[in-house]
Amino acid sequence: MTAFSTAYSSGAASASSRVRPGQTAALLLIAAFLVLFLVAPVAAVVVAAFRDKATGAFTLINFLDFLRTDLLVRSFWNSVSVSAMSVVLASVFALPLAYYTTRFEFRGAAIVQTLGVIPLIMPPFAGAVAMQLLFGRNGTVNLLLGEWFGINIPFMEGLNGVIFVQSVHYFPFILINLSASLRNIDRAMEEAAQNLGSSGLRLFRRIVFPLAMPGFVAGASLVFIKVFDDLATPLLLNVKDMLAPQAYLRITSIGISDPMGYVISVVLIAFSLVAMWLSTFAMRGKDYATTQRGGGGLAKRRMRRRDAVVAYAVIALVLLLVLAPHAGLALMSFATIWSYSPLPDAYTLKHYVAVFSDSGRYIWNTLLYASLAAGIDIAVGTAIAYLVLRTRVKAARWLDYTAMAALAVPGVVLGIGYLRTYYGVTLPNGQALATFWFVIVLALAVRRLPYALRACTAALQQVSQSLEEAAENLGATKMRTIRRVVLPLMTGGLVAGFVTSFATAAVELSATIMLVQSNADAPLAYGLYVFMQSPAGRGAGAALGVIAVLIVGVCTYLSHHIAERDRAAKSETGARRQ
Amino acid sequence: MNVHAHAAQRAQAAGISIQGIDLSYGATRVLKSVDLEIEPGEFFAFLGPSGCGKTTLLRLIAGFNVAQAGKVLVGGRDVSTLPPWKRDVGMVFQSYALWPHMSVRRNVAFGLEERGVRRAEVERRVEAALELVGLGHLADRKPSQLSGGQQQRVALARTVVVEPKVLLLDEPLSNLDAKLRVQMRRELLDLQRKLGLTTIFVTHDQEEANTICDRIAVLNEGVVQQVGTPMELYDRPVNLFVAGFLGTANILPGELKSSGGERVFAIAGGGGEVPLPRRELPPMGAKLMFRPQNAAIVPASAPATAGRTRLMGRVSHCEFLGGTVRYVVKIGAAEMLIDVAHQAGEPLLDHGRDVAVDLAVDKLCYLAS
Repeated sequence: MTAFSTAYSSGAASASSRVRPGQTAALLLIAAFLVLFLVAPVAAVVVAAFRDKATGAFTLINFLDFLRTDLLVRSFWNSVSVSAMSVVLASVFALPLAYYTTRFEFRGAAIVQTLGVIPLIMPPFAGAVAMQLLFGRNGTVNLLLGEWFGINIPFMEGLNGVIFVQSVHYFPFILINLSASLRNIDRAMEEAAQNLGSSGLRLFRRIVFPLAMPGFVAGASLVFIKVFDDLATPLLLNVKDMLAPQAYLRITSIGISDPMGYVISVVLIAFSLVAMWLSTFAMRGKDYATTQRGGGGLAKRRMRRRDAVVAYAVIALVLLLVLAPHAGLALMSFATIWSYSPLPDAYTLKHYVAVFSDSGRYIWNTLLYASLAAGIDIAVGTAIAYLVLRTRVKAARWLDYTAMAALAVPGVVLGIGYLRTYYGVTLPNGQALATFWFVIVLALAVRRLPYALRACTAALQQVSQSLEEAAENLGATKMRTIRRVVLPLMTGGLVAGFVTSFATAAVELSATIMLVQSNADAPLAYGLYVFMQSPAGRGAGAALGVIAVLIVGVCTYLSHHIAERDRAAKSETGARRQ
Repeated sequence: MNVHAHAAQRAQAAGISIQGIDLSYGATRVLKSVDLEIEPGEFFAFLGPSGCGKTTLLRLIAGFNVAQAGKVLVGGRDVSTLPPWKRDVGMVFQSYALWPHMSVRRNVAFGLEERGVRRAEVERRVEAALELVGLGHLADRKPSQLSGGQQQRVALARTVVVEPKVLLLDEPLSNLDAKLRVQMRRELLDLQRKLGLTTIFVTHDQEEANTICDRIAVLNEGVVQQVGTPMELYDRPVNLFVAGFLGTANILPGELKSSGGERVFAIAGGGGEVPLPRRELPPMGAKLMFRPQNAAIVPASAPATAGRTRLMGRVSHCEFLGGTVRYVVKIGAAEMLIDVAHQAGEPLLDHGRDVAVDLAVDKLCYLAS
């Protein structure tokens, strides 16, 4: 995945000539954390999959059983086809938005890019129910279509529903990566082709699209993996014959000793790894960022009137579609009754009142868990980044690789691993460690660590080593230099990383759904999931969903704002230096 | 591409005619009524400082910029309204713009494929073009695996393989190191002579333009200042900008006067008077210009000879450059540079020494800005 390819071009720094005891201690502490809460649980899952249930001996029989069970084989192919179709549909949404906003000068390009990212700031399963009400058999769209044209389109029937909801939710990954790639193409690339007689679609097909391919592949593989691993969306849409839901159902209904849950987990991990490896392999040596010396990307052209009409129509359609879950969720949260009608019968605030009076616990838990997890991520991420970039601790690289490996571990697998590993470990009060609320925090922290680590590494790379050397030269010790010079300079990047981790952890469900034991310990996403299960709870669920969207939305805006301000401040000092 | 093909192409080389071009970006006028005639087969340069409009003018010929007024004729045909892909004007980009997802061979083949040339013919001509630039053995590399000079040659091959009517080069040497630059400019000249292609070369480096171009158009602030051979521009610049942009120039302010029935140029700050040649009619506000090597330093007491004039001054600084010695001589309020060829064993003149600067009257220029 190009976005996360580690760049250590600055080389293992030469600042300190030998390894200090403090560094060794930090290394061991982080290593222990990663081993206990990432490596061991995943290893436990893998081992369990290869172990005979009765004797504990090594066996492949569990995998054979998997292949012999029609339901599981069907689930596997369903997962593959849903993921593949989601990539296709997501590309259909993303391509016109990316193309129009990067190639043409027109009002609203910035709005399109912003609105296009909004689906991400919401748990996909939260929108699923709203999508049922809008696009389901008796939803708004089909009721209107039936009234006007006498037709009914099965948007949400079976796997269609999962594909539709997932592609609407995850298409921004393709939009963001593809737009970045398109913007990085130097206009001379296109002009050279025009100069040699190429134009129009041929030019797009032969030059522009191949050059943007790395971005597209990065986005597409991300969508594929996310959809393949997602648990809550199919469950909420009542689709059970997919892999991740099967793993969940096996463990929760049959128990943690049933080997099939582990086999499915291994298949999930293997598939994630293969998808990541394939995308890296396919794009090896293809870093096509070709802009030079502020030459600016592709030439933007003015749209002719005819183009503009088509463009606006396409963009409006796509945006209506991708913003539908939000609109639907908002409507639901204010609705008294909404079924078999295009719009709710009447509106009320009682769901919000109910949420705040009865379910405040969920919100409080979410804020607590997400901020603890994000705090752990930033601390661990900064320490790893510092060890890798600024010390001679060779083993630090392995911390980095291990932390990044969490990308390939689906949430449901991590949750199963925690149950497997820590169910037998009891706390002093007799509670199983696996059911202790803090384990949810740890799971969230491990899940978000790869993203936080990259943010921390980037932040540290921007702090010139000579600034540290200057502090040491003036008599500051290593620790004081870090505290007084390095950390303040990294603050912007770290805060942005914290907020991103916080926001994504706040709506994470796939790992927590395995670990939540009581409603009192449940975070918002779990509560939302429980509410959405029953028609009566939908109003309150939607209200909770709207609150989640607001939390994530505000955080995303904040992180963007902080990152921008930080960049502006840095470039200011840069200008003064020249 | 064999010898006959070259000859045939030279016979049909196209001239370029630029007529009354006006081009603005918003309120900024980038090109102001530009007129230029470039002869078939000529190696022509657009020379000027950055921001003078030379690249804009080149891109206009290629069709990437659109003028508000005026037209461009290639080989007598008005191409002003044609899109870039229908102009048949070959351009080599400053960044080379080699497509990183294609091998060298596919890069070079691209233009032929777009023209629907048969596959066998494409392969043959790509081979020939790569041989022409000496890169036949690297055809299957990716551009990123080539050095800067090699990339430059691939960009050239990619452009000339389609046998365009004219060849446009946008600062083609600016991305190369100094040594390679000298080598590549010879190769460029060889190639241009071999193909007989009408070529326009954009540069801000006067040495580059002087060494390889038949004629040069000097641009400044969107206006063509002067068109001529390198020697004409150097020896007979039409204004102070051209004089200063091509080589070192001594420029002395002053005013025209009548002195004893004869017209003279009186140097400001009491630097002395210079007689004007009889037919010379200097423009309003003109300043005196001469090149450092067109003056001699003689003892203050020596008498002037016919056709020469003398200014009294004082040595204020000197730089020993090896083959020459560059003296800074103060004349009145102005300082000027005088280059003297160095002879073995000859001592340098002392600082503060009074000297006479000896000038040939007919080598002096009177220029306005």
